[in-house]
Amino acid sequence: MSELVIRGRCVVGGRAEGEALVTRETISGWGGVDARTGSVIESRHELQGVSFAGRVLLFPGAKGSSGWSATFHTARLAGTAPAAMLFTTMTTKMALGAVVTRAPAMTDFDTDPFEAIETGDRVLVDADAGRVVVTKGGR
Amino acid sequence: MRLTDTDRAMLDGAHGPAVGRAMDLLVRYGQALGAEQLVDTNNVCGANIFGARHLNYPARTITSHDEAFSELSLDSDEVVEVPQVRAYSCQLIGPMDSRHWELQGLSRQARDAIADSESYSGRHGIHLLSTCTPYQVGNVPVRGEHCAWMESSAVVYINSVLGARSNVEGRESTGAAMLTRRIPYWGLHDPGNRFATDLVDVRVEAESVLDWGLLGYFVGSVVQDRIPALRGITTTPDLVRLKHFGAAASSSGGVELYHIPGVTAEARTEEEAFGGAEPRRVFGYGPRERRETYEALNSTAAGAGDDIDLVMIGCPHATMEQVRQVCTLLEGRRVADGTHLWVFTPSQIRALADRNGFTERLAAAGAALMSDTCPAIGQFLPDGTRVIATDSAKQVHYLPAIMGVQGRFGSVETCVEAAVTGRWPGEAL
Repeated sequence: MSELVIRGRCVVGGRAEGEALVTRETISGWGGVDARTGSVIESRHELQGVSFAGRVLLFPGAKGSSGWSATFHTARLAGTAPAAMLFTTMTTKMALGAVVTRAPAMTDFDTDPFEAIETGDRVLVDADAGRVVVTKGGR
Repeated sequence: MRLTDTDRAMLDGAHGPAVGRAMDLLVRYGQALGAEQLVDTNNVCGANIFGARHLNYPARTITSHDEAFSELSLDSDEVVEVPQVRAYSCQLIGPMDSRHWELQGLSRQARDAIADSESYSGRHGIHLLSTCTPYQVGNVPVRGEHCAWMESSAVVYINSVLGARSNVEGRESTGAAMLTRRIPYWGLHDPGNRFATDLVDVRVEAESVLDWGLLGYFVGSVVQDRIPALRGITTTPDLVRLKHFGAAASSSGGVELYHIPGVTAEARTEEEAFGGAEPRRVFGYGPRERRETYEALNSTAAGAGDDIDLVMIGCPHATMEQVRQVCTLLEGRRVADGTHLWVFTPSQIRALADRNGFTERLAAAGAALMSDTCPAIGQFLPDGTRVIATDSAKQVHYLPAIMGVQGRFGSVETCVEAAVTGRWPGEAL
């Protein structure tokens, strides 16, 4: 098992660890996610039917309705939010959604995180220190 | 982030705890964005009407209006007493039609709770426009006006068509802006970020509302959240066409601003749209792309058969002329048994439709003129609905996923035909 470290900018502080869930497709919040289960429901999305609850979600960022933050806010209240969020494209939907989800969140990485992280990897997100530690191959 | 003395005073509680929590959220949000400062705004559109599904969670039940606003609209752990809003503030589309709540399947108890929440917003000075199209009913920002609006289809409209400056805000940031008159100065508030980046070369005539919905859905899917300019537009699209175009582009992608040289507010020419720079990407839109976009929009209907249970018109909310068009198409005909035709328009336009006799004509033909909500926002359908049809690329993008149904997209003429016959007649593209 190998370990690698990526550095980035803290969007929401905190520290969390979990199994990575990676998609190269942007995620629609309202109408694209069922906040009660933490699952992606968008038709034709590669994660359709998959839940991000408790996982470290790596994705390009947010798209779609302005209900993005309200959806992820609901996920927090319902206990289905991701453990942490890593994303590459900053938008107002993404920033506000990350803030109200209150899970550690990071962006602006020194390495392409999509090259470094695959679904199933064990990932420690230390947003306060601006550091992501990836253990390949999972547990 | 640099805060002014006034910002800091608000943050420190000089204007009361609710304003303090609002400023705290704006600071956390601004820092997350990497914004350097906040900007004044006196035009805020948000969404603060709550029903049971917003208030009940496995480990938490929200029991008062102040608690709902504190948690859901300000992201505040502390329950604060919410004062009158300081900014010009409007309520967007909400969960319930004030007239046809029974058609939505709501109980009297559920109706009363939502009406009570609405009344709380009203008492706090939030104008109850209750539409996704505030720009149809009196909130028409001017060029350069800093706004803080939710509702992606409305934001893209005011940015592009009117030249207002708004990012796509969310419930919590608009809640905070209503109380502080401030919003992060980032993204589209900065004129330097408003130039086109991508060129879409339109090689088929965009004429009908259907054409503009298809074009918008294609544009959003290829440019994602960048800023497109269109080339090859030979007609002048009206409000309805631009409403459908923007709503589609902000559903398939994250388009918040587009330019149509010679038509939209900030681009007299293509050169002006791009600020003199070269397009970074160029996409072509021809007959093949148009056909593929139509097929993508109808993809959830695979294997659905021809039966249509619900026809939904009015996403974004229909104009008076669109309401009249449905009346005309229905003239001398009736909606088929077992099929429903729902037309959605702002309540202010419904009042006008009442006066014009359109509401009555629709009812006589077995259709309903609804307001304040839509099936996707309110999450309701007639019992037993399996397949819906709509003239809106946005509604067919969202509703099947939200409600677990199959969806068809077509022109308003095709949709009304489907309502009258109960079957999808197909579309001559």
